[in-house]
Amino acid sequence: MKTKLTLLLIVIMALSSVFGIGVAQDMNEVTILYWQAASILNPYLSSGTKDNDASAIVLEPLANFGPDGSLVPVLATEIPAPENGGISEDLTSITWTLRDDVVWSDGTPFTAEDVVFTYEYCTHPEGGCVQSDEFAGIVSVEAMGMHQVKITFDAPKPYPFLPLVAQTTPILQKAQFGECLGAEMAACSDANFGPIGTGPFMVEEFRPNDVVSYVRNPNFRDADMGKPFFDRVIFKGGGDAESAARAVLETGEADYAWNLQISPAVLDAMEAAGNGQIAVAFGQAIETIWINPTDVSPDNPNRSVWMTDGSNAHPFLTNKTITQAMSMAIDTTIIAEQLYGRSGYATCNFINAPAAAVSTNIDCSQDIAGAIALLDEAGIVDTNGDGFREYNGHELRVQYQTSTNAVRQNTQALIKQWWSEIGVDTELRNIDAAVYFGGDPGSPDTFQKFYSDVEMYTTGSSSPDMEGFLGNNRCGQAPTPDNNWTGSNTPRFCNDEYDAILDELSATAGEAARAALFLRLNDILVQESALIPLVYRSSAASAFHNSLGGVEMNGWDSEMWNIEDWYRLDM
Amino acid sequence: MGQYIVRRLLTAIPTILVISFIIFAVVDLSPSDPTGNLPLTIPPEVRQKIREALGADDPFVVKYVKWLQQFFISEPLNLIETSFGITFPGSEDRVRVISWATRGPVIDIIAERLPQTIWVVGSSYILGILIAVPVGVFSAYRQYSVFDQVGTFLMMVGFSVPTFFTGLMFIIIFSVNLKWFPSVYDTTLVVTDIETLQLQLRQMFMPVTVLTLYTTAQMSRYTRASTLENLQQDYIRTARSKGLTERVVVTTHAVRNSLIPVVTLIALGIPGIFAGALITEQIFRVNGIGQYLIIAIQGGDLPTVQTVTFIFAVLVVLFNIVADVLYGILDPRVTYT
Repeated sequence: MKTKLTLLLIVIMALSSVFGIGVAQDMNEVTILYWQAASILNPYLSSGTKDNDASAIVLEPLANFGPDGSLVPVLATEIPAPENGGISEDLTSITWTLRDDVVWSDGTPFTAEDVVFTYEYCTHPEGGCVQSDEFAGIVSVEAMGMHQVKITFDAPKPYPFLPLVAQTTPILQKAQFGECLGAEMAACSDANFGPIGTGPFMVEEFRPNDVVSYVRNPNFRDADMGKPFFDRVIFKGGGDAESAARAVLETGEADYAWNLQISPAVLDAMEAAGNGQIAVAFGQAIETIWINPTDVSPDNPNRSVWMTDGSNAHPFLTNKTITQAMSMAIDTTIIAEQLYGRSGYATCNFINAPAAAVSTNIDCSQDIAGAIALLDEAGIVDTNGDGFREYNGHELRVQYQTSTNAVRQNTQALIKQWWSEIGVDTELRNIDAAVYFGGDPGSPDTFQKFYSDVEMYTTGSSSPDMEGFLGNNRCGQAPTPDNNWTGSNTPRFCNDEYDAILDELSATAGEAARAALFLRLNDILVQESALIPLVYRSSAASAFHNSLGGVEMNGWDSEMWNIEDWYRLDM
Repeated sequence: MGQYIVRRLLTAIPTILVISFIIFAVVDLSPSDPTGNLPLTIPPEVRQKIREALGADDPFVVKYVKWLQQFFISEPLNLIETSFGITFPGSEDRVRVISWATRGPVIDIIAERLPQTIWVVGSSYILGILIAVPVGVFSAYRQYSVFDQVGTFLMMVGFSVPTFFTGLMFIIIFSVNLKWFPSVYDTTLVVTDIETLQLQLRQMFMPVTVLTLYTTAQMSRYTRASTLENLQQDYIRTARSKGLTERVVVTTHAVRNSLIPVVTLIALGIPGIFAGALITEQIFRVNGIGQYLIIAIQGGDLPTVQTVTFIFAVLVVLFNIVADVLYGILDPRVTYT
C-alpha cells in the first residue's frame, strides 16, 4: 500500500514536471500580493490601507503626493497656488481647475459635479464616512462651471491640500453613487464592490477579502500613450507577510508583495535569491531621544509636570552644555547602519522631508573628546571619584526608557556606553509596547507621562505638510494631569520664538516659504535640546520582481499611485 | 424510523436557538472593535460615527433580534426569490445579514467561497478516508508486523506535526526549490478544459496533501482499533471454523462490523469540511470559509462571525442526527422507536 502510494506520488510529480512547470512572468498581467485582503473598494468605507490601495487602481483624486511629498496633478490641470490664482489672498478658499479630457471608464464625462458630490457623500451626517476628518473645516464645495471647483474654508488654510488629495479621498462618480448617501452608504454593495473610476484599470471581479481582478480601462486619459502597460491586474489577498515575500523573491509567482514587516535577516536571505528586490519608502518617521526638562524624582508630587514659571525644572537636563555633550557623544551612523540597515538613515534633523525643509545647520557627528572638553570647561566634573560627573551636587545619572523591541534595546546599549565615556551614568528601562504606547492615564509607564529623564520612540507625520506635526510641540500642549496626560508636546517644550514661528506658519502660503519655516522650527527643537534625532526611518517596505519595471515607492500616498507606469521588463 | 427523525429534527430547533444566543453573546461581549484596524490618524469622533452607522453600539438585545430577523426571515426569502425568480412584496426594504467590513451580504460571500473550501478540504477528506481505511484494517490484521509498526509511526507523525509546519515545509521543497507546485492558490481559476483541470490539480496538490496527512492519521488509528477489537470476537472464530477464506473473514465479517464506529466518525467530521481548514487555507491563500472567519474575528466583524459560526453549529447538530440514523441502518442491533 505504502509503496503504491509512493509510486503514485512519484508518477504525479514526474507528470507535473513534464507538463512545463516553473513560473513564467506573464507579459500582460501583473500579480500583487497583499497579506491583508481587500474587503471593499471604496476608501470612504475602508477598514485599512489595503482597501485604499485596492481602490487606488481604479479611483483617482485631484492630485497625488509624489515620493518626495510634492503634489502631482492627476484630475486637475495644475496645483492651485496664490500665484496662479488657485488660492485666494485671504487663504480661505482654493479653486481647482479640472482636466476637460477625462472620462469615466463607462465613457461619460468627468465634471465638477462629481467632485462636489464626493464632498457631500463623505460629509453626510448619517454616513459614517471614514475619511470625514479630511474634510474638516470646509464651509462649502461649489462647482464653478463644468471644470472648476471652489472649496471654501471656515478659516485661513495656508495648506489646503487635505480634501480630495491623495488616495484616501479620490473622486467618486455621482451617477453611480448618487443614491448611496447617508444611511444608504453601506447598502450600495454593487457600487462599493465595483466603483467606476477614471484610473488606469476597471474592476473585473471582486471577491471580498480574497482577490480583485482588474482589466485595462480603454477610456483612460493616457490610453493613446499605451498606458497602462498591462491588460490585467490581480490583487490577491491573504496569507502572511513572510510567504508573500517568498512568492515574489523565491518562487517568482507574484510580482509585488506589500508591507513586509519581517526581520531584516529573513528578508535579506530571500533577496539574495536574486529574483527581486526590496523597495523602501520614506515619509516622515523619526526615531528620537526626547529630553525631559521637568523634575521626575519619584517623590515629587508634580512629577514630570511642566510649570511655566520654571519651578519644577529638571536638576541638570535644562543645562544646555550637558544636553549638548550628550548629543555629541552619540554616533547616529553606527546606529542606523548596524541596527536599521536599509530601513533607516542617520540624521541630525527632526524634520527630514520635504527636501527643502531639511536643515544643514546642525552637525551631529560623534565627538567624544569634544564633549568631554565641553563639560570640563563648564566645570561639570567628577568630584567624588565615582567615575561620573556632578552638576550642582547632582550626579549626572539618567534613566532612559523605551518600548521593548530588540532594535531599541540594542540602541540603548550603544548609547549607554557612549554616555558613560563622557561621565554620564545611564539606567536602562524598557516597557511593553502595548503599555508604553497604550495611553492609559492610570499607568505610570506611558510615553506621554514620561516618568524618566530621557525616552526614545518614533514619531511621524502622514501629511508632507509639517504644520500639524510641528504644532504638537507648542507650549501649553504638554501632557499634564489636567488634560489626563493627553497633550501632544511630549518633550514639554516651551519656547516663545518657536511658538511665534508657528503663528507665522498658519498665515504663510507657498511651499518654499513654508519649508523655510519648518526648517527654522527644526533647528530650534534640536538646538534648544528638546530632543536628539537618531534615525530617519522608512514608512514601508515592499518587494517586487526583477521583471517588473516602473515601481516607485511612495511614503506619502498609496503604493499603487503610479500603477499606470508599471511595465514588464524583457528578461 | 421516520418518526424518530422528525422528533430529532424538532428537538434540534430549540437547541439551535440556544446555540445562536450563546454564540451571539460570546462574540458580542468579546472586546473587539470594527474600527480597530483603521489608521491611527483617524480621530475617535470619526470612529464613533462609523460605529453608529454600523449599528455596533446598539444594545445587545436589539442587535440580536435584528440578526435573528435578518438570518431567519430575510435570508430565506431572498434565497427563494433568487432561486425561483419571483419577488415578494417589500423585497426592496428587506435587510439581509450585512458584514461590517465589506458592507455586503455575508451569505453571498459564504456562497462564493464554498467551492474552494469544498474542493480542497472536501477532497482531502475523501482521499484521507480512502487511504485510512485500508491502512487501518491491514495494520490491525497484521498487528505488530513491520507494516503496522511503520504505519503507526507515520500516523503518529501525521497526527502530531502541525499543518503550519508541514505546509511551510511543502512550500519550501515543492515551490521554492523544485518549483513544481504553486504556493499561491488562484481562487478565480475556472475548470473548463484539460489544461485548467491540470492547473487546478496542481494548485490543490500541496494543501490537499497536508490536510490528507492529518485526516489519514486520525481515521486510520480509529479503523485499526475498531478492527482489532472485532478480530478477537467469537463470530470471527466461527467464520474461520466454518472454513471461510481469510479474505472473506476479514472483508465481509470483520471490516463491515469495524466500520460502524468509523462511519459515525466520518459523518461527524463532515461539518468540519464547511468550516474549512483555518491554518492550511491561510498558508496557501485558499481563502475559503476558514480564512473568512479568521479575518472577520480579527476585524471585529460581528455579523460575519455570528453567521459563519452559527451555520457551522447547525451543521454539527444536523450531522449528529445523520450519524445516529446511520448507526441504526448499519447496526441491526440498534433500533429507534
